[in-house]
Amino acid sequence: MPGAITQDIELIEAGHGGGVTPPAGGGDEGGGSSGGPRPVPRRAYFTALQLGLAAIIMFFMSLASSYIVRKGLGTDWQRTRLPRVLWFNTVILLASSITIVIARRKLERGLLASFRNWWWLTTGLGVLFLAGQLAAWRDLRLNGMFLSSNPSSSFFYVLTAAHGAHLAGGIFALFYVLFRNWDRSRITQATAAELTSIYWHFMDGLWIFLFVLLTVGR
Amino acid sequence: MVTHESGGGHGHHQPPSGFIRKWIFSVDHKVIGIQYISLALFSVFLGMALSLLMRIHLAWPNLKLPFIAGGIMTSEQYLALMTMHGTIMVFMVLTTAPQSGFGNYFLPIQIGAADMAFPVLNMLSFWTTFLSLCVMVAAFFVAGGAPIGGWTSYPPLSALGQIAGPGQGAGETLWIVGLAIFCAASLMGALNFITTTIDLRAKGMSLGRMPLTVWSWFITAILALLAFGVLLAACLLLLLDRVAGTSFFIPGGLVVTDTVITWHKGGSPLLWQHLFWFFGHPEVYIAILPGMGVASHVLSTFSRKPVFGYRAMVGALCGIGFLGFCVWGHHMFVSGMSPYSAFAFSILTMTIGVPSAIKTFNWLGTLWGGKITFTCAMLFAIGFVSLFVTGGLSGLFLAQPSLDLYLHDAYFVVAHFHLIMGVAAIFGMFAALYFWFPKMFGRFLNEKIGKVHFWLTFAGVYLIFMPMHFLGLAGNPRRYSDMTAVDFLHPLQPVHDFITYAAIFTISAQLIFLFNLLWSLKFGEKAEEQNPWRATTLEWSIPSPPPFDNFAGVEPVIYHGPYEFSVPGAADDFIPQYLAPERVRKA
Repeated sequence: MPGAITQDIELIEAGHGGGVTPPAGGGDEGGGSSGGPRPVPRRAYFTALQLGLAAIIMFFMSLASSYIVRKGLGTDWQRTRLPRVLWFNTVILLASSITIVIARRKLERGLLASFRNWWWLTTGLGVLFLAGQLAAWRDLRLNGMFLSSNPSSSFFYVLTAAHGAHLAGGIFALFYVLFRNWDRSRITQATAAELTSIYWHFMDGLWIFLFVLLTVGR
Repeated sequence: MVTHESGGGHGHHQPPSGFIRKWIFSVDHKVIGIQYISLALFSVFLGMALSLLMRIHLAWPNLKLPFIAGGIMTSEQYLALMTMHGTIMVFMVLTTAPQSGFGNYFLPIQIGAADMAFPVLNMLSFWTTFLSLCVMVAAFFVAGGAPIGGWTSYPPLSALGQIAGPGQGAGETLWIVGLAIFCAASLMGALNFITTTIDLRAKGMSLGRMPLTVWSWFITAILALLAFGVLLAACLLLLLDRVAGTSFFIPGGLVVTDTVITWHKGGSPLLWQHLFWFFGHPEVYIAILPGMGVASHVLSTFSRKPVFGYRAMVGALCGIGFLGFCVWGHHMFVSGMSPYSAFAFSILTMTIGVPSAIKTFNWLGTLWGGKITFTCAMLFAIGFVSLFVTGGLSGLFLAQPSLDLYLHDAYFVVAHFHLIMGVAAIFGMFAALYFWFPKMFGRFLNEKIGKVHFWLTFAGVYLIFMPMHFLGLAGNPRRYSDMTAVDFLHPLQPVHDFITYAAIFTISAQLIFLFNLLWSLKFGEKAEEQNPWRATTLEWSIPSPPPFDNFAGVEPVIYHGPYEFSVPGAADDFIPQYLAPERVRKA
């Protein structure tokens, strides 16, 4: 009996189903119906993205709570005058969330050329946002506010840099969707575009949160 | 009924042929699991060597030692060894082997998947971990040597640089960078584990049919996902305090090494403690939960009984995981926190006793009346339960703020966390290794040598750590490098001598394990049968060692719970999860 277990194992060839219908497990989408190699189900990418966002939330919440605690505990906190360009940057980023929605709608309708244009526009707005953030840094530097000048400015640089780094990852994903050879990929361009747009909206929302924190909490 | 072996055409992905793709930059979860275990094995012997040097110094403070600059160990060198011992053991052993090592190898197989959800990400997690180890170990070789701030690296001394002591310069910076890299690696790994568990389970593998090992890896991965981001943020701020002149954690008015620190002000060292322990307490469970899963699995298999109270065991795992995020303050009772906060943290901490007691009760319930076979895996699993109880009980003492004020910085705490977090988790790993070795390598570890290894280790760890409780009660502080230099500690020196002898004894016993491991890989008894332990879970349905894509491209179907042992009416005393109901032989 032991040793011959493999003969007893109930193996189900993809697509054919077994004689006794077992209760549904979790991973029953990818393997069961495609008939070919067992791919990773599409939803796994969304699960992974959500988990990644959860980790990012924990990271930024740690920084945000440190900001609040440090402000409350220290006696050396000075208000940092926020550069006005941040308002412009915020509008740019909000606009990019709109353009990415339009781009995805074009892709759903199969309008590839239009999709690429809107996607390029989103990418451009993302790069413009980052450039705007650098301009904000420059503005602060010219006013003598450096990373170590004051806890308020320290947090400003840290939070904007951390958000910028994550947003740069989003820009990389935007380029990836444009230039990847999708014939050789495990996922479709539409899925990749959807994943990227979720991440992009999240970065947008995260910036709004940070901007409010920096504005109200400074 | 379609019952057949599938051809190779349904493979998930093709096995690589070259040595580098197959063994170095492999995307196969099994190879990556072995890579993690190998990394942990190297680290555990390194960490043990550091502790041996420390223990020898504590017994014979004036003895010249190898690898120590100048021969006789200074207090600073002692602290450097202590810091690196703790860091390497916690991160590179306790976090790495039970979860990333065994979890990587067996989680996909036990849920019927061909690989992890994201194999390339999996490879990246391992090599990032490897890079982290290299950066941390590099701290030994830079000017000033390894950091001396302990594995918790409390500021302000960890944030001030060289002025705070040897090792607090480049060594500490490397430590922080290495830890930040480790955070990134752990986050990638956790993401992969959770996604795989949620989305890649085979047909019929409902949550209620997942082996408790899978449950424990799953919950551990959730803890890691939520905890390591916090540590990463803390490391970032600490690094900036060191290299960019910020004052997140450094208060004003400090005098360090006869120098008044004027370039920092206003920071809060307690902020670091909050961030660190918000990560640090879940980290304890990251180390121990996989051991709980393995212990449940092994106890059930070798008692030939279902796990007593499977659902309660799952609930207890979730409960421990959740409460793990609510109790970080009990590491900070001596920080001057409000007594009301301390009271809340104390109550929450003691609440963990409830799921812990459920688990212990159910382990004993699993053993009760079972047809027990004392294999090495079983012995180590029972040893795990013993150590978990012993280490856990002292946790109840430390959960009282008033008692903790006295015991916190004493050897009592050293005894507590070594038993519950260190040794118990390592016993879980040993149970896992003895249990799964035949599946992983096609050969058994030698059981006779293994039993000698078990009894020597089991006795040895108690001989080391039980006396430390008494040292703590007697007021012996932690982190002192030479008790002979302190008058009131003179009477305790014989206890330290005894512990050192016990440590030499126990570490020597690990050479027996190392011999068994290396010898059995080459000459061990061959595991002719696929399922030598007559176990129920999916890994025992495939050859030993498993083929590249585990199930030859076909998807197994699950019909049973994970612990159907001694089922009334069945001819055999176990029903594999993958056996169709009509194929179960009747008595």
